[in-house]
Amino acid sequence: MKRRHISAIVRLTHNNAEMFQIPERASSCLDIRQPEKSFKKTSELANPACTADGETTYSFLSNWSKNRRTMQTANPDDLLTLRGLTKSFGSFKANDGVDLSIRPGEIHALLGENGAGKSTFVKMLYGALQPDAGEIFWRGKKVEIPNPAYARELGIGMVFQHFSLFEALTVAENIAVALPPKTSFKKLSTDLETVSREYGLPLKAGSHVYDLSVGQRQRIEIVRCLLQQPDLIIMDEPTSVLTPQEVEELFAVLRKLSSEGKAILYISHKLEEVRVLCERATILRHGKVVGACIPKDETASSIARMMVGSDIHQIRHEPNAAHHGEPLLSVRNLSLPARDTFGTPLREVSLDLYPGQIAGIAGIAGNGQTELFDVISGETLAPSAEDVMLFGQPVGKLGISKRRAIGAVFISEERLGQATVATMPLSENVFLTRHSVNPDLKAGPLLRRGTAKALLDKITTELDVRKSAADPAAQALSGGNLQKFIVGREVLEDPKVIIVNQPTWGVDAGSAARIRQTLIDLAANGAAILVISQDLDELFEIADTMAAIAEGNLSKFESVAKTNRNAIGLKMSGIFAAEGTHP
Amino acid sequence: MIRVELLRRDNPSRALRLLSPLIGLSLALITGAIMFSLMGKNPAAALYVYFIEPLTEAWSVHELLIKAAPLILMGAGLSICYLSNNWNIGAEGQFIMGALAGSIFPVLFTDFQNPMVLPLMFIFAVAGGALWAGIPALLKARFNTNEILVSLMLVYVAERILDYLVRGPWRNPGGMNFPESVRFHSYARVPEIMPWDGRANLGIVIAILVAIALWFMLSRTLKGFEVKVIGASPRAGRFAGFSSKGMIFFSFLVAGGCAGLAGIIEVAGASAQLRPIISPGYGFTAIIVAFLGRLNPLGAIAAGLILALTYLGGEAAQISLQISDKASRVFQGTLLLYILACDTLIHYRIRFSRKPAAKGIEQAAASSEQQPPAAERAV
Repeated sequence: MKRRHISAIVRLTHNNAEMFQIPERASSCLDIRQPEKSFKKTSELANPACTADGETTYSFLSNWSKNRRTMQTANPDDLLTLRGLTKSFGSFKANDGVDLSIRPGEIHALLGENGAGKSTFVKMLYGALQPDAGEIFWRGKKVEIPNPAYARELGIGMVFQHFSLFEALTVAENIAVALPPKTSFKKLSTDLETVSREYGLPLKAGSHVYDLSVGQRQRIEIVRCLLQQPDLIIMDEPTSVLTPQEVEELFAVLRKLSSEGKAILYISHKLEEVRVLCERATILRHGKVVGACIPKDETASSIARMMVGSDIHQIRHEPNAAHHGEPLLSVRNLSLPARDTFGTPLREVSLDLYPGQIAGIAGIAGNGQTELFDVISGETLAPSAEDVMLFGQPVGKLGISKRRAIGAVFISEERLGQATVATMPLSENVFLTRHSVNPDLKAGPLLRRGTAKALLDKITTELDVRKSAADPAAQALSGGNLQKFIVGREVLEDPKVIIVNQPTWGVDAGSAARIRQTLIDLAANGAAILVISQDLDELFEIADTMAAIAEGNLSKFESVAKTNRNAIGLKMSGIFAAEGTHP
Repeated sequence: MIRVELLRRDNPSRALRLLSPLIGLSLALITGAIMFSLMGKNPAAALYVYFIEPLTEAWSVHELLIKAAPLILMGAGLSICYLSNNWNIGAEGQFIMGALAGSIFPVLFTDFQNPMVLPLMFIFAVAGGALWAGIPALLKARFNTNEILVSLMLVYVAERILDYLVRGPWRNPGGMNFPESVRFHSYARVPEIMPWDGRANLGIVIAILVAIALWFMLSRTLKGFEVKVIGASPRAGRFAGFSSKGMIFFSFLVAGGCAGLAGIIEVAGASAQLRPIISPGYGFTAIIVAFLGRLNPLGAIAAGLILALTYLGGEAAQISLQISDKASRVFQGTLLLYILACDTLIHYRIRFSRKPAAKGIEQAAASSEQQPPAAERAV
């Protein structure tokens, strides 16, 4: 009783802390809120050239500090100017003297690896964190942003990467809690449906959040922000759940907003997108600004070098579309009704995994990926045993442990709370999926903790898992390191069938490259691998054959050499009926 | 408007976490002292009578062990339930049904007298308690009912059944119409450990052995791992191939079995017969034992002894200070309250704020900085 209650209460306060900040009429901000639709183009750029070359970066930095000296007051043409923003957590400097300026109507990219300090920076800007030092100028006037409500009042809107939604409330209610209390709920519902339609982000006002997919939840965040009509929109990785076509549509929306004079701070690590969309970019590494550039003038790899500070491991992969031998895993015409009214049913899904091949499934979150993963893993049982064949055995009615014992491994989407127990040390998390597979982990009913610790050491070395202690709790690891641990745990015994759902979601570039290379190497050694991912770049990088899933329909697999992003993008929106894979 | 919020602390103190039960206990003692002085008693004398005097004499130490045995057994069993996120609060009813099932032999088969009787009584008692606990388990697993309500309500059902039996069919024919069963014959009695010294019986030994066995199960075996995984994260448990429904049954049956065993130890030990009331609320006090013992079966041993002391002290205080025995219940209640409050305040801090609350948001955001992203936990 105790634990449930408290965790429920705290989860609300914790996730939704921002949401409780109902905006009030803050008189102090009225005087600085003048309509300022026109803006002057200034040629002043912090740094016109950007290379990863250390020397040039140095000259840039000196140039930049010169600018800093001369510009003690903000440029009045800038919508927002930040000077020397610093924030420490204990001895760790998450942001160290960050400078940035945004002009009205500009789409400005903030680039950086996971952990570079982007989130901290943005939280200070949005009033969710207070800087230890530094100044914020809004329309040339110095401001302090004590809370998100005030930020919204100023005209700063934010689309969060991690959702701050009440799961038990409807879409409209979730949006209403962020708005002034006097807002008419009925009007809000129609407004939000209009706005969401207008921007190609269809939402139903009355749907409950707990029924919505990750992708749909993000739409709420975007629409919620747009409804507040902000002058500056902060977007944190907004395209991670969109198809290429939807990304184009979103970009059109962003460009439209930009032409209306609204500035956009676009946070991303997708460099191609930034190159296409953004006028300027500021690059953060280890909490400091290490460069600024005009993305159009750079290549993705030159920007990546600045972000990471060194060359990223280049994935080596030769697509191999020709398969031989018997499939190691087959799914045959598998249909599964939706788990509940808002789940996605699977409709006559068929697939074959051949040794030595990586098959990729693209799709937007909530189109049946989780359902497909669960029915292949055995978390959900198939309607009949023959629906899923593993090494020629019908396993549709076997549970996940038995399927693991036969020789398949499953790497799930949720790192904490599914693939690991957050509060348990890593060595205990080794038991979680290997207890019925590795005979050395048990002596009769007893656990052999020594073996688990030895395995943990092996995983740590083989996948370069960085951890603060010998055997920390799973939640103490960063996303990338935790995912490396999870992948390492599963692939340690050289499995022949590997099913992965979102292998590198929210993982830093270095770890992601490592994980992808590991999968490629396993396939080269004869493993059959299924990668379900929302990241098309990732799939094109590692997959040999590809299909898309849309509303529970799976398209046919085709060689990556014979397809392209647009074709896959169309299939992701469900246009593959002509293939005849479903009636 | 002032709002009250609970904010998770970034680094809850390890020392405080370990000391939490002791802090709770001290606060309960202070509250007890205040309560006694409000009742016009000398608080020092009252606390002495409550908590020290029972330990000064051999006979009362024996009584302490008699009372501790059921508390330890049930507290250890309930720990398994609570760790696995199954909220069985009906140990009292399982205790009664265990006692009834175990008493079948000495009450109905009075001529069946040999050394086999006691082991059979134990087996029946475990089965009786487990079956009674199996009802809320089955309803939860099958129909998703609330196990808290079902297990609690079954306590009252069990109490009525006991009452009916000792006043009706199981009443001692030669008992002057008192609502009591026959006295158990000697084969049906739990042997005393040191009969020359006091009444304490093997029950306390069994309780400690069971608690150690449960601790071993929990910390060393795959089943124990399963209990903890399912309790901490049902989704991870499913992914690990563990069955949450199986765990509902496992935890309820273990806790029910322990409670049943406690029941027969109580009636075949000290009282030696069935009466309309066989437990002064042991099954409910065991909930406090489980929490005071940090949901660790070994901790339940210490916690069981402490709470047994409150029963004993309550009886002593009733006699020597004319304090109502309700005072013990008040004391037990404040103890649970303080333990839960300590645990909560060690892990979370309270913030009173007027809106807009800039500071606290900073805290919340700062803590989210070091924690898994909200989406990963909430979605």
